[in-house]
Amino acid sequence: MLRYVTKRFLSLCVALVVASAVIFTLVEVVPGDPASFMLGINAQEDTLAALREELGLNGSLLSRYLDWVGGMVRGDFGTSYTYRTDVAGMIADRMQVSLPLALYALALSTLIAFPAGIWAAARRGRVGDVAVMGATQLGLAVPNFWFAMLMVLVFAIKLRWFPAGGFAGWEKGLWPGLKSLTLPAIALALPQAAILTRVMRSALIDALGEDYIRTARAKGLTRGQALRRHALRNALIPVLTIIGMQFSFLLAGAIIIENVFFLPGLGRLVFQSISARDLIVVESVVMLLVFAVIVVNFAVDLAYALVDPRLRTRE
Amino acid sequence: MKGRVSLWLGLGLTLVFALAAAVSFLWVPQDVTQLAIANKMKPPSLAHLLGTDHLGRDILSMIMVGARTSIAVALVAVGIGMGLGVPLGLTAAAHRGGWLDEIIMRGNDLVFAFPSLIIAILITAVFGPSALNAIIAIGIFNIPVFARVTRGAALSLWTRDWIMAARVAGKGKARISVEHILPNVLNLLIVQGTIQFSLGILAEAGLSYVGLGAQPPTPSWGRMLAESQTMISLAPHMAIFPGLAILLTVLGLNLMGDGLRDWLDPRLRRAR
Repeated sequence: MLRYVTKRFLSLCVALVVASAVIFTLVEVVPGDPASFMLGINAQEDTLAALREELGLNGSLLSRYLDWVGGMVRGDFGTSYTYRTDVAGMIADRMQVSLPLALYALALSTLIAFPAGIWAAARRGRVGDVAVMGATQLGLAVPNFWFAMLMVLVFAIKLRWFPAGGFAGWEKGLWPGLKSLTLPAIALALPQAAILTRVMRSALIDALGEDYIRTARAKGLTRGQALRRHALRNALIPVLTIIGMQFSFLLAGAIIIENVFFLPGLGRLVFQSISARDLIVVESVVMLLVFAVIVVNFAVDLAYALVDPRLRTRE
Repeated sequence: MKGRVSLWLGLGLTLVFALAAAVSFLWVPQDVTQLAIANKMKPPSLAHLLGTDHLGRDILSMIMVGARTSIAVALVAVGIGMGLGVPLGLTAAAHRGGWLDEIIMRGNDLVFAFPSLIIAILITAVFGPSALNAIIAIGIFNIPVFARVTRGAALSLWTRDWIMAARVAGKGKARISVEHILPNVLNLLIVQGTIQFSLGILAEAGLSYVGLGAQPPTPSWGRMLAESQTMISLAPHMAIFPGLAILLTVLGLNLMGDGLRDWLDPRLRRAR
């Protein structure tokens, strides 16, 4: 077990170092000088030089990389070029939208996928199964931003049940905030629910074909009991992997949906920072998202090893 | 039986859009570069089957021309993914357990860890928004997918007796990979290619929706949706039809992929 954890941890560290180097290099290629971007085209040469010095743009590539990584490790993400505020604070602000949105969408997707997948697997090959599978095909094919636009048309403009965009904030209580995240969360959850339903169904069908299910049936359990007590637990492993992946995807993948609803989330922050050449914000947010993906995957791997003793000894 | 239905339905839908794109080179109901403001935002009628947009352009013609962009971007992106991913996967499988395999697979995991949409936006922002950069951005994330599928399928082939026979006959790893492994994983690659093709169409629509895909005046489905957004309550048809075009194309490709999988590999029917 210890060897397994050490090995996984080492590969986690290597992945983080390589990822940060890739992001840094990619962002360094962005054309345009942040200093002249901040001061405008009429800036004096000496003020430009002073600002470059202040922003630390004059150091060598390696020293700037090390400064950046060192700062992030200490929790200092630098200062935004355009907003002149501290990036860590901006990220924390945006997280108040992105994190609840991702969790909301994940909860919706799980709430849809579990019953739908179990129901379809239990009725494999019959009408109910075919209907659920057909619905997931539609869910996979719908562009979620288009679905979001149609929901805005129906539920925000015509019925006025939900706001068409913007974020109400958490200050006025839970409900206004949740209300402005509901349509975006549904749009985000739809394709994820379709994927998760399919995974749930096929994992259950695989598990139902195993010998231990035959044993359970032979000792007198009904099909439903065998499914709930034995098949479901064993089907959870692939389902948990997908849920882990979906969480990090939802955190990062919401940019387009955030654009449809004008939500001030992390994705929109990256999008705006790229167009404003605010490199330090872009670097830090992208690194944070990659960090989240890598760490979530690591945690999921560890969770397996804890849940499933077979994975520990197989090494 | 069910597999046949999805195969034919998928093939039919895909062909409709491929044909629409092909025909648009020769003929469209109305020239999409010609503006007719007086005729703007007209709902569907006999003169304009799917209505007109905010500049008076015929939406059916826009969708036909837009299909070219979507198909070209997704197709080349799949080509990039296959062209680089398949050789990587074959190499990794040929050197399974070795350091080369380890490097390739860790590299794969790394690319998977990057939020693809954000990197795609970063790439198009660095090199400027264009259809070409959208292709590159989407294509890069296809590479690990094909590498993984190829390696997975090739691994089990390497244990077969007939591969052993080829080795005994004195063939090298590279030659075996090309002559014996590749033809046997081709089915799987076609199926995966269809799925990546449909994902590419969705990704291109998303990128051009946020303004990072093909640039005006080239029509694209994503940008048609972006333009329709502010007018959605006045002219819902402007939003509905381009979205349906994306939905039906992606649905067609997915169904075709599923049908092909069942048709090419009957062993997989059980689990699906």
